[in-house]
Amino acid sequence: MNADGPQPTTTIDPMSLSCPVPIPEGARVILGHGSGGQLSGALMREVIAPCLAAASPGGPLNDAAVVDVAGTRLAFTTDSFVVSPLQFPGGDIGELAVNGTVNDLAMMGAQPLAISLAFVIEEGLPLTELARITSSAARAAAAAGTQIVTGDTKVVGRGAADRLFVNTAGIGVVPDGVTLAADAARPGDVVIVSGPIGLHGVAIMSVREGLEFEVEIASDTQPLNALVAAMLAVEPGLRVLRDPTRGGLSSALNEIADASGVGMALDETTIPIPEPVRAACEMLGLDPFHVANEGKLVAVVPAASADAVVAAMRAVPQGEGAARIGEVVAEHPGMVTVRTIVGSERIVDMLVGEQLPRIC
Amino acid sequence: MKYLDEYRDPVLARAILDEIHRITTRPWTLMEVCGGQTHTIVKQGIDEALPQGVRMIHGPGCPVCVTPLEQVDKALAIAARPDVIFTSYGDMLRVPGTSTDLLALKARGADVRIVYSPLDALKIAVDNPDREVVFFAVGFETTAPANAMAVAEAARRDIDNFSVLVSHVLVPPAMTALLDSPTNQVQGFLAAGHVCAVMGWTEYEPIASTYHVPIVVTGFEPLDLLEGILMAIRQLEAGRAEVENQYARAVKREGTPLAQRQIMEVFEIGDRTWRGVGPIPDSGYRLRAEYARFDAEQRFDVGTIHTLEHPACIAGAILTGAKVPLDCTAYGTLCTPQKPLGAPMVSSEGTCAAFYSAARGVDARKVSLR
Amino acid sequence: MCLGIPGKVIEVRDDAALLMGKVDFGGVRKEVCLAYTPEVRLGDYVIVHVGFAISRVDEEEALKTLEILEQMGGLVTTELETMGPGMDRPAVLSDDGSPATFGSASAPAGAATSAAGGPS
Repeated sequence: MNADGPQPTTTIDPMSLSCPVPIPEGARVILGHGSGGQLSGALMREVIAPCLAAASPGGPLNDAAVVDVAGTRLAFTTDSFVVSPLQFPGGDIGELAVNGTVNDLAMMGAQPLAISLAFVIEEGLPLTELARITSSAARAAAAAGTQIVTGDTKVVGRGAADRLFVNTAGIGVVPDGVTLAADAARPGDVVIVSGPIGLHGVAIMSVREGLEFEVEIASDTQPLNALVAAMLAVEPGLRVLRDPTRGGLSSALNEIADASGVGMALDETTIPIPEPVRAACEMLGLDPFHVANEGKLVAVVPAASADAVVAAMRAVPQGEGAARIGEVVAEHPGMVTVRTIVGSERIVDMLVGEQLPRIC
Repeated sequence: MKYLDEYRDPVLARAILDEIHRITTRPWTLMEVCGGQTHTIVKQGIDEALPQGVRMIHGPGCPVCVTPLEQVDKALAIAARPDVIFTSYGDMLRVPGTSTDLLALKARGADVRIVYSPLDALKIAVDNPDREVVFFAVGFETTAPANAMAVAEAARRDIDNFSVLVSHVLVPPAMTALLDSPTNQVQGFLAAGHVCAVMGWTEYEPIASTYHVPIVVTGFEPLDLLEGILMAIRQLEAGRAEVENQYARAVKREGTPLAQRQIMEVFEIGDRTWRGVGPIPDSGYRLRAEYARFDAEQRFDVGTIHTLEHPACIAGAILTGAKVPLDCTAYGTLCTPQKPLGAPMVSSEGTCAAFYSAARGVDARKVSLR
Repeated sequence: MCLGIPGKVIEVRDDAALLMGKVDFGGVRKEVCLAYTPEVRLGDYVIVHVGFAISRVDEEEALKTLEILEQMGGLVTTELETMGPGMDRPAVLSDDGSPATFGSASAPAGAATSAAGGPS
């Protein structure tokens, strides 16, 4: 290729081919940084964590922090919710926000003690909508057996917030003897998922402008603390619990594998994916392993008690679809593999940035 | 899901693989043209399960990857305008132009919207009469009927605030350009199933006979690809060079005539530059004169576009199958899906991206922002 | 170019001179333009790419292809249980929540065949 302009060619000679110049490294935050995938991890590792260094205890990232308070271990977590639309099949941002924090506490083994609820409201939001969402949050807290004890309300001008942003924070006590942590997985452990995946993400996508489709799928948002209590009753030595929200199943498992320095081998035929979720993913060209969940957890448990844990999960409504999906292995540390239909193993890659529907 | 699940049966997959192993007596080099086929092959590890000596080369069948840099830069220039709502298929958003991409532009405040269908873009134009709505009409022949219909409808309904930026590429000219190259190694092709669903396969018959290469129209599910590979190898072992149809449930020899008619009413064939490959004569579609008023390139003065070409990556060698991503020193280090140097790493269907997501040859899979 | 998936036509409408319809993909329903496949009837399957039906699925050809493949494997066309080893619960569910089975041309989509007998 030369500067005089392209000359039509009738053959392709690989030796004379060229390539576009690399784009300069972006110095701004993009949507992909919030997707729960690799870019999110990079933002944390390279910008946020280093800047917080002096003020932060460091260590592996779990769903909640565990803070020692005069001999009691307190789980402490916060989460912000920016979902759009505010109302979606299966719920609204109010219950999503409460359940999300209840679940982050539950992933450390803690029952929720108290929740805070903060709103950033865009001017113009109808009061009836605010009331409805707040009532949803209250109902969700009651369903999880906890209370909303404090909060905050701010209003910003039109355009400064996408109708409503919600932040929740929560505390809970981690029972003695429970040491759930992302780096606790060991070769030989069993990987379990609490039910079918992909529901929340597909429910949200189905009402998103430009992509709308009809599907009988509702978000799976629900509190998981009762499920976790049932699991711990059977096996207090559970290794890891994580809720696969943004970034999907693959992000959660990859993060655990990475933190624990182990590999994981999954059996694709055992992973419960409802047909409409598969269909929506086929249609848009998405990977079900990357789609967000809101009322599910993945668990890494010692092999000896795996069957008992699954049975205990299935006895509780929130865990009725529980299934063993694979095991922790010593090979390929940090990587999650799944067996393909031709018998080879492929890597379950982690979402990079935003999930984009594709044509090819 | 009907007509999908049946073609993913692991037991049948094993049976076809065994048959491929049984009949292969010599090394063969095949190319699957379509990015979606590459995706399945790499994701299912099909190429690794084939007999030693049977090599799958991944062809330039990703329209997103081969969209000329110039068109991407024009898209960016148009999308940056405050009066424009720029609509596009999702996969185009991360394609790097000379200095930025649509996603980054969106982060800076441009009104860039993803649509699933070009008719959605038309609807946005109807709903926003005071804005200019531009649709990035990219794709191979498969997508041309949809893009053509959007233009035809805009004309029929007098939707004046709608225009399209066209970047269509055609498969047969790319195949012949490849076959004409003195360094070509491909001995048989798996033709793109959905391109042929639209266009039929009559254009491939002269290619098969002139160059003496078997061409098998193939689908996208694992069993489709395995059967297509089996049919191609059977021909090669027997010295035959014909067009065969593996994807019979979706493809007829004449294709979908109504779709072809609509394409030719709106578009005409013209020269097109393929990113990473170069200009290939008569290898693309452009709007006919009667529809010129819907041509975004004429409606918007985008100034002079200076594209920068840099011999930094081996995209061309990858796209023609002369090299594999593992041959590239930048693969996985300088060049990753987050910071792609070239076309095949950009789209999730590109060869390098497909390899990367299957983590082939990549030890450190940590993403970096720097 | 590539991403076209098969779906069942469940509604056909003449929408202001453009033939439109609704297609069901395993529980997901979407508006699809049928202008290029005007011959389709309710219950037919079409391949859909970016919201357009680009061709009609030929059921006979589909069955023929599967028959050929199954003969290759020396398999008889009966119900196959293709669950993986050590699996005690079906992975993929049909619309009604019952387990789906694959691998047999004679089984209708979403057949409610139980895998309770365990893997074969």
